Amino acid sequence: MSAAHLPALLGGLTLAACLGAAAVPRRALPGVAGAGTALVGAAGVACGVAALDRGIEPIELAGALPLAGLRLAADATSGLFLVLIGAVAVAAGIYTAGYAGRGHGSARTPLVLLPVFVAAMLAVPLAASVTTFLFFWELMALASLALVLAEQRRPAVREAGLAYAVMTHLGFVAVLVGLVVFAAAAGAEEFGGLGEAAAGLSPATRTAVFLCTVIGFGSKAGLVPLHAWLPRAHPEAPSQVSALMSAGMVNLGIYGVVRVDLDLLGPGPRWWGLALLAAGAATAVYGVLQAAVATDLKRLLAYSTSENMGLVCVALGVAALLRATAGNDEPTAAGAAAVVALTAAFVHLFGHAAFKCLGFLAAGSVLAATGRRDLDALGGLARRMPTTTTAFGIAALGACGLPLGCGFIGEWLLVQSLVHALPAGGTLVALVLPLTVGVVALTAGLGVAAMVKAFGVGFLARPRSEEAERAVEGGPAMAAGMGLAALACGVLAVAPAVLSPALGRVLPELPAVTGQGAGAVPAPDLDTVLRLPGTSGAMSPGLLAVGVAVGIVVALAATHWRARRRPAPLRDAPLWACGGAAPTARMQYTATSFAEPLQRVFDGILRPEVEFAVTPYPQSSYLVERASYRSRLRDVVESVFYRPVLRAISAAAAVVRRAHQGSIHAYLAYGALGLVVALLVAM
Amino acid sequence: MSGGTEVYAAQAADGFSASGAAGAVLQVAAVVAGAPLVIGWMRQVRARLEGRAGAGWLQPWRDLRKLFAKQDVIPRGTTRVFTTAPLVLAATSLLIAAIVPVVTTASPLDEMGDLFAVVGLLLVGTVALTLAGLDTGTAFGGMGASREVTIAALVEPTILVAGLALSVPAGSSNLGAIVESAVADPGAVATPAAALAFIALIVVVLAETGRLPVDNPSTHLELTMVHEAMVLEYTGARLALVEWASAIRLTVLLALLANLFVPWGIADAGSGVAGLLVGLVAVAAKVCVLATLLAAGEVFLAKLRLFRVPELLAGSFLIGLLAVTASYFLPSPS
Repeated sequence: MSAAHLPALLGGLTLAACLGAAAVPRRALPGVAGAGTALVGAAGVACGVAALDRGIEPIELAGALPLAGLRLAADATSGLFLVLIGAVAVAAGIYTAGYAGRGHGSARTPLVLLPVFVAAMLAVPLAASVTTFLFFWELMALASLALVLAEQRRPAVREAGLAYAVMTHLGFVAVLVGLVVFAAAAGAEEFGGLGEAAAGLSPATRTAVFLCTVIGFGSKAGLVPLHAWLPRAHPEAPSQVSALMSAGMVNLGIYGVVRVDLDLLGPGPRWWGLALLAAGAATAVYGVLQAAVATDLKRLLAYSTSENMGLVCVALGVAALLRATAGNDEPTAAGAAAVVALTAAFVHLFGHAAFKCLGFLAAGSVLAATGRRDLDALGGLARRMPTTTTAFGIAALGACGLPLGCGFIGEWLLVQSLVHALPAGGTLVALVLPLTVGVVALTAGLGVAAMVKAFGVGFLARPRSEEAERAVEGGPAMAAGMGLAALACGVLAVAPAVLSPALGRVLPELPAVTGQGAGAVPAPDLDTVLRLPGTSGAMSPGLLAVGVAVGIVVALAATHWRARRRPAPLRDAPLWACGGAAPTARMQYTATSFAEPLQRVFDGILRPEVEFAVTPYPQSSYLVERASYRSRLRDVVESVFYRPVLRAISAAAAVVRRAHQGSIHAYLAYGALGLVVALLVAM
Repeated sequence: MSGGTEVYAAQAADGFSASGAAGAVLQVAAVVAGAPLVIGWMRQVRARLEGRAGAGWLQPWRDLRKLFAKQDVIPRGTTRVFTTAPLVLAATSLLIAAIVPVVTTASPLDEMGDLFAVVGLLLVGTVALTLAGLDTGTAFGGMGASREVTIAALVEPTILVAGLALSVPAGSSNLGAIVESAVADPGAVATPAAALAFIALIVVVLAETGRLPVDNPSTHLELTMVHEAMVLEYTGARLALVEWASAIRLTVLLALLANLFVPWGIADAGSGVAGLLVGLVAVAAKVCVLATLLAAGEVFLAKLRLFRVPELLAGSFLIGLLAVTASYFLPSPS
């Protein structure tokens, strides 16, 4: 079978999965929908591998859409994203068979739409013309909107759906305007033609296209301040959909930036890189700060998605900035660092997809077992749900960005690119990059706080509610889905070399970042020991893991010193707790109390509403009868940035409403007036 | 600047050096055996300055010996996280002791992890202990974990920025290369950038190892505890491992601090037995001086309120940032 047949296979499988899910009896529905989704995902991976290998030649489907038709093609860059999204879909699909089987998100419509959503996501990187791209982009948005609304009986879901619908369409309008302006100015509709014509466009047009597309794609990737939909919609969707959105769909925002702004629009001025860098840095810090104080498990993961997309955007910004600094006459240190930064972006996309998919699937298991997402009501799951706890532990380790986790390598590469760019980059770079290092470090540190809280409070210690006490594991299909994602986490954590061949093909396709002619820099070799081109940093995640394992064995051996003199271990001993008698489960630290110091430190940014009232006894003001503490955290960006906009829109609507008097004569007059204006404009 | 790169390239070309391997084994053994003595020495210095007789600098070893013979107690409701956390802490500390240039700059494990990986490993150990604190399900465990994580999160920017200030002149973030470039270019140690980075790193070491003014290692008041609160439920061999690993972390960080700024005497890939012994004696002397200064300084310090610690760390971050900027705008004269 040639590579050209693979997209057809993808389409056929999608159709079969949809029809199958629509037709089978209720009992078989979760299995069929899950298997169908997994198969569509597998077809996506196959497409991606073929595209990475030789590329997929353009396929024209002239009759599929009126006027323009559809045009599909894939190069290695597309292939990378196809593999990424397809792999997430395989894990999520397998998981769905178990999750929906337990009655979560098991209505027929969402399950029929699940393969459509996956196929639409896979078709976006396959698109090779503006029309095709926009068509599948919108199809993806609509399918995901329907999936977010799967449990539409809950008011929170309807509210999240509304926010998502508005934001995603505003983003779509921005992308639409940007791409239409681009296509009109370039006089071409296919991506190939756009890329050739881009260099001849006026700077004003290029700037307009850049701004529109970055805003549109940035809203999909959850960049601040356009992230508001993400922490609402991702938690309210069924968990496998959360995983697909958070580990799959947001990546397409990054794909859009890479494809349109870095690849087609070509090398830009320095401020493009600075703009991406600033947006990414703001997103990373704001996202991780919100994650660190969040108490809803899925909301925490959603904010973490925003954070990680911010880091990826920082990496892309650094790459663009350094490339604009480097020039193409000779190989430079800045050029080499740009390639390292771009590699960091792609490696981190893979790492993030693996741990975020696993994180949401594990959170889904907790939700299925307890019906609770509130960390303050969880706890004690390690004994009751060992598989889920292990899975979430692996995901949290990855999200921390610590060695042995799959998020570490991307962050390490990013910091390396900053270290090696500094001497070569000029004054601007020398001022910007140290701050960027600080941002990345603060993000990593707060990420650790957020994930220690999620894992330590949510899964360890003692249960804080009856539901958590009665939790049981979810069955083999859910475990298999999580196992697959956990395997991906493990491989990416210790052997990033698996990504090396793919990156070796992708990076030369992006000369706008990797340089042309004499200035071109090869892709870094992600071997057992990571060595970077033109720089001298080295690190080996695999050997670090071996080293820690050996260290554990040595430490274990050390504990045998004088073991014979010890009495037999005392198990199940009562807690000491400094002599405090029988601490109850209510005396434990909760997620809120765990994050309280951070909330106080970052008071100025988070602006929590805290009410603290102490009622003393009438006899003495020092004897406290009752104390109440209430703290409420809102998304500050929402209240500062969105409220005024919404108020202005409401005010404008009120003005327009005055023209609506319900009189047919007035409406006829408006129609005539409109026609006159149109004629005048046309003349 | 280019000197560091060349040195590093030469070392990478050599790959494995027998002297380096012997040095790595020697430094792990020295750190493992010497870390409790460093703690004992600091306590003794402090006791004498406060007019007490002190327990003697061998006391931590006696404590460890006693703890290893005590009964294991596993509290009710705890999981494997509680029992394995001390092992992870000890393993990461040992690995750091093998990677960091303590006795020699040519450790064969140097390629395994650079400065940023070592910082990450330190944090892995911290995270293991905070999870164990949370796992006990006591108020004190949670309190200690919450505070430790807050401090660790806020100290991270300072570490990386100060690390950046050191890596940029050396052209590499691998610790061996940084120390070798300092050996090759002694003038660089006296630049404003190096001085600022040194100050920032001292704050980092204090915060990472839980010393005054960030945390009081000898506190007996639960409400002010950070590190101690997390390990309250441990006893016996596990407590011994935690104490031992903490001592190793302090010793390695002091040795690293000394070698980054006063690298003289350290062995390299070409050193023989005599060179390694010189390196050992040199690092022991340097750590001894630093430990004495640290202990003497602690006599005059009180623990900061928890919510004043961020101010200290923000200040050290600014100093680190100045160090990077200075390393760019005020390059070393050589």
